Amino acid sequence: MLLRRKSMALMLMAVVLMAGLLQGCSFKADEQDGPGTELVLWTFNELHEKFFLQMADQWNQLHPDEQINLKANTFPYDNHHSKLSIALQSGVGAPDIADIEVNKIGNFLKGIPQLVPLNPVIDPEINNIVPSRVQIYGKDGKYYGIDFHVGAEVMYYNKEILDQAGVNPDSIVTWADYAAAGKQVLAKTGKPMATVETNDLWNYWPMISQQNSDFLDNKGELTLDNETNIKTLKFLQQMVKDKIAIPAPGGGHHMEEYYGFMNKGGAASVWMPMWYMGRFTDYMPDLKGKIIIRPLPAWEKGGFRSAGMGGTGTVVTNQSKHPDLAMRFLAFAKLSKQGNVEIWKQLGFDPIRSEVWTMPEVKAKNKFTDYFGPNIFDTLIEVKDEINAVHIGPKTPDIASAVRNKILYRTLLNGEDPATVLHELADELR
Amino acid sequence: MATPVHTNANVPTGQPPQTQRPTRSQWSRFIHSSRTAPYVFVLPFLLSFALFFAYPVISTVIMSFQEVLPGITTYVGLENYRDLMNPTFGKAILNSVLYTLLTLVVLIPLPLVLAVLLNSPKMPGRGLFRSVMFIPALTSVVVAGTIFRLMFGELDGSLMNSLLGVFGVEPHKWLMNANTGFLALIVLALWRWLGVNMLYYMSGLQNIPPELYEAAQIDGASRFASFWRITIPMLKPVTIYVFTISIYAGLSMFTESYMLWNGNNSPNDIGLTIVGYLYRQGLEQNSMGFGAAVGIVLLVFTLVLNLIQLKFFGMFRKED
Repeated sequence: MLLRRKSMALMLMAVVLMAGLLQGCSFKADEQDGPGTELVLWTFNELHEKFFLQMADQWNQLHPDEQINLKANTFPYDNHHSKLSIALQSGVGAPDIADIEVNKIGNFLKGIPQLVPLNPVIDPEINNIVPSRVQIYGKDGKYYGIDFHVGAEVMYYNKEILDQAGVNPDSIVTWADYAAAGKQVLAKTGKPMATVETNDLWNYWPMISQQNSDFLDNKGELTLDNETNIKTLKFLQQMVKDKIAIPAPGGGHHMEEYYGFMNKGGAASVWMPMWYMGRFTDYMPDLKGKIIIRPLPAWEKGGFRSAGMGGTGTVVTNQSKHPDLAMRFLAFAKLSKQGNVEIWKQLGFDPIRSEVWTMPEVKAKNKFTDYFGPNIFDTLIEVKDEINAVHIGPKTPDIASAVRNKILYRTLLNGEDPATVLHELADELR
Repeated sequence: MATPVHTNANVPTGQPPQTQRPTRSQWSRFIHSSRTAPYVFVLPFLLSFALFFAYPVISTVIMSFQEVLPGITTYVGLENYRDLMNPTFGKAILNSVLYTLLTLVVLIPLPLVLAVLLNSPKMPGRGLFRSVMFIPALTSVVVAGTIFRLMFGELDGSLMNSLLGVFGVEPHKWLMNANTGFLALIVLALWRWLGVNMLYYMSGLQNIPPELYEAAQIDGASRFASFWRITIPMLKPVTIYVFTISIYAGLSMFTESYMLWNGNNSPNDIGLTIVGYLYRQGLEQNSMGFGAAVGIVLLVFTLVLNLIQLKFFGMFRKED
């Protein structure tokens, strides 16, 4: 009798457990706590989340009969892209709108992209924006993502150190001038002219992009070990050997070690994209008023003085129940004049809509103009026609990983021969 | 089943006559049948095993023969396995095996000796030490990894570099080269798992009958002899267990390396493990099929290694 009661109790427990499991699977998808159509957004950057929420408010003010209830979530970078790719792969659970970082877009363009082509909103605006900033998220004539910014690569000079060394930044025209100025800075102040990343792409990639080279050509073929790339890496290595440039403490320009080093006036300059401004204002407060922004040195007089680096494309997934609304909201947030002004004001990014660069709104005082001075956009206007589109393809994630983990480390830190390393890694990737 | 219905008059009181409610009686017979009951009781386990283990393993095997792209899945035969013949995967295997070997070298003898020491009634404060040694196992790997990354940081002010500074040695970029990077990994593993393995050994020590030691003492055996001839052989089952889980844990290590290098991108892959490679290919590069092949290779590798090890220790010999 006792045994029987026990077994019944056990059975009951098993049933309850199973029921609980099944219950867990059927969560309610239509829960709403605000008016309007629910759109879910995933990103990996909290600032992006804040920006989109702000834009949703503005949208709702302008479209009272087409309200949006934006549900935004921020996940860590790797986590976010993995979750998104699994959701798209398996066909369930993806959000309506999502951010995809440019080095990850290759994964999503493989096979049949599970994303909605954004041509209906991009085609009419293509002449008003920097076209490469949507082309890198495209395939076969279809655009799947819209970037936040141009990502123009610029030189951030520490004016204080240059003055001590008697170097005038405006007389630096070519990379040879830059290296010569570096020698002078090193001799006069004992400080390196620059820091270079050994774990990221934002120093090496723009230098080859300036010379019409890239890791991939426009047909998607690997060009990682072409002559230009070898020559450029040798130049970079030589600067490190001459102690004009040092490998960035911590490995890259986004490491705590680096912020501390640079904030104390560790190096006279660093070249990074415009979006790096936010790292100066937030993590290197002591350099306020000392940093000036100039175009990159060219490889020869008259050569290109910038490159478009990095970026985050926002996409609409094919699992969205309201693809049309999601697309129009995305266009409002990232293509419209209003949205582009907000991108500058809130995020400090160089927006992709070029007319915005001369608007009075971008001259208004904010934390970036306080830090770098009022004429940030003058540099951008100066170089706007000197930016090559980078080539992004299915191999990009693999290449980025090889450059980050191996090529820069082996050549710049271990002093191995650039040609050997590039050929070896290119063969492995082919 | 055609067992006859009970018509026994000796039905316990309080039980309704079974002829009145045939369904109930059939149900209760089903439950109480000695033939079906075992299956009913293991059913929840079988279900969860099938759902959360067998099904994923089978689909991983299938996926390892496919190229899985968004929207298209194609059979590619053995191509994924052929692609595994590359130096990066070789490096990942080497790193994982080296890590496993090094952890075995430190994480078997040290806990054993510590367990013996802390088991001795003469050891002062052994209660305290037992708990203190175990605490690291309770911290999250993520937190521990982050703290170790800061400890082994390359700036002059990091803990390890300050220690070097005391001896007048130049600061070192610990995580930037293979030897010191591995040192950090092993120190982390030692710090974290020492207490756990010690606990296994201590429970093993409790099971050794004290008479054995008494008899040895009477026979004039030295302390070391009784440790070598009694303690170690008697702890063999524990050692085999610790060995097995250490091999498994060593080969599947990922989080420690991921946290120590702030992502799956250690310089020149000095901290890349097999699981790290699986994660990089399967998730970071979105090649699920290839990632699945890596997983299968890891499974087979671990299985073979542990079978050899168990065979070596005589686990498959019939008990006599």
